[in-house]
Amino acid sequence: MPQPNRSIRTVVFLTLLACGGAACAQSSAADGDAAKLAAQNWTVPRLADGHPDLEGIWTNKSVTPFERPVELGNKEFFTPDEAKAFMAKALERSDKDNRTDDVRDVLSAYNGFWWDSGTKVLPNMRTSIVTDPPNGRIPPLTAERQAQLAAEREATKERCEKPGCAIANSGQPAPADEPQALDLMTRCISFGTAVPMLPTAYNNNYQIVQTDGAIAIDTEMVHQVRRIPTDASPHLPSSVRQWFGDPRGHWDGDTLVVETTNFKGQFFGRMSAADENLKVTERFKRVAPDILLYQFTVEDPTVWTAPWSGEIPLTRIDGLLYEYACHEGNRGMQNILSAARKDIAKAEGK
Amino acid sequence: MEHALRERRWIGAAAGLAATVALSSCGTPSSSPTGEAASAAAHTSGPPNLSGIWQALNTADWDLQAHAAEPGPISSLGTLTAIRPGPGVVVGNDIPYLPEALEQRNKNRERRWTDDPELKCFMPGVPRANYLPQPFQIVQGTDTIMMTYEFADAVRIIYMKDPGPAPDYSWMGWNVGHWEGNTLVVDVTFLRDDTWLDRSGNYHSEDLHVVERYTPQGPNVLMYEATLDDPKVFSRPRTIRMPLYRHTEDNAQLMEFKCIPFVEDLLYSKIGR
Repeated sequence: MPQPNRSIRTVVFLTLLACGGAACAQSSAADGDAAKLAAQNWTVPRLADGHPDLEGIWTNKSVTPFERPVELGNKEFFTPDEAKAFMAKALERSDKDNRTDDVRDVLSAYNGFWWDSGTKVLPNMRTSIVTDPPNGRIPPLTAERQAQLAAEREATKERCEKPGCAIANSGQPAPADEPQALDLMTRCISFGTAVPMLPTAYNNNYQIVQTDGAIAIDTEMVHQVRRIPTDASPHLPSSVRQWFGDPRGHWDGDTLVVETTNFKGQFFGRMSAADENLKVTERFKRVAPDILLYQFTVEDPTVWTAPWSGEIPLTRIDGLLYEYACHEGNRGMQNILSAARKDIAKAEGK
Repeated sequence: MEHALRERRWIGAAAGLAATVALSSCGTPSSSPTGEAASAAAHTSGPPNLSGIWQALNTADWDLQAHAAEPGPISSLGTLTAIRPGPGVVVGNDIPYLPEALEQRNKNRERRWTDDPELKCFMPGVPRANYLPQPFQIVQGTDTIMMTYEFADAVRIIYMKDPGPAPDYSWMGWNVGHWEGNTLVVDVTFLRDDTWLDRSGNYHSEDLHVVERYTPQGPNVLMYEATLDDPKVFSRPRTIRMPLYRHTEDNAQLMEFKCIPFVEDLLYSKIGR
């Protein structure tokens, strides 16, 4: 029986070698496009604690759509020519002269000069950030959640037949006479870019700093810092709820896995339908000098009929992160409230 | 003045030594660190690792200088809003204000319950962030040390390699660090003049230049010193000094203190009315 034993040992040895000497991720299925994006003849640099070095400044900006355009059906990847055409179209769309005679012109007047949302598709050549379900589109909401959101929309519509509303970042009228009625972006609380790390119109930059037992991710958008313990500590008690949840990290081989729960249940942007039962699981794997593969899975059984997942290869940038103070100079808030309250006062004949 | 500031910063940066962390090509993941294992004491080689959760245990945020207890502004809350006494953290206690600056400080002090940027949930600036009555976390990376604060999600990115000139003034400043033995020295410039130094109206201009020194005094204590030079406000530089203590509880962590919702009624109730 010596022969089979030797070959098993050889396989184990080669596997370890390929993973740079540390434990490997257990499953390749969880690694998404890692193999495709992996740099050749490169081994991941490691910190003193043996874990891969994920430090640096990374961006998720790209023209790759969050959800796959319906007309692309089950087409998962662009060919190079299709990607080129798609990028050209995306640029043309964002760089239009959108000025109109509408007094609310400021909402739509921005052309390409104002955006920093990327000019290229993601290096994985996928046709959407959402990878699961296979159609690249997030699953339907549960019937209960649909009914709740419909009731909220109806209440807003009814409220906004009276004065004191303004067009919100959603593009729809919403109450604007009390600060708490305005959306989280306007209030500088969340731009919806930190958990999961999803791109938006600008400031799509993140800095990762890593030490034994903790990792910090600074989201340039509104300086939202995620402080992620990697010390095997448990989540906060479930009675404790935070806007950005409670993240805990651990290493699955060379992949950093971060599980975030304990959300307060109010979100902006892509996650705005979610509630306090949200759980986000993220996987970070450095696959090349300039690529940090980022994958995430969203579970919220009271909101979506199935979990869903996405993938963004983060790319390294040479620049620095700059402080984005938002609340400290929130003139938008003042102007919106001022207009809405004057609107109400005028209607009341004051 | 801006030129002078830049020059000073460059001197600091030129003296800087980047933190080097030995890279192990085939190390295995170590076990989880406890407060002790993630020690601030000197390592066998290289600079100490200051990572951890730290907090000042004093009343410097009420007043940098020695001060007696005073009643708070809300009598219905009894002792809860009272000003806590303290022997002060300014070396020599005196803050040498220029005459006009002293007038401004006194005006600030009169308006402390309405004008203090802390009560508006604004980022606290440097050095005040370090002695707020809330913890902050140091995450010491290879070329960057991140200091993240519970209060207002403030964050400082401390560059251990020269980042080039500051692009503009900011709330938490332009932070360039280097090691002098076991001491982390951080040179901070380009701080906006919107922040105060404490709840008593001590303040600074945008010419403030802060040199901070963080020196481990054992695994769980950092001696923190900050020298404040601001020729528009002080007649000579002044140093504050205090220990920062490590949170060693098993469940120590920075929690979320997103204070914007707490101040919206205060900041916006009168707008447009």
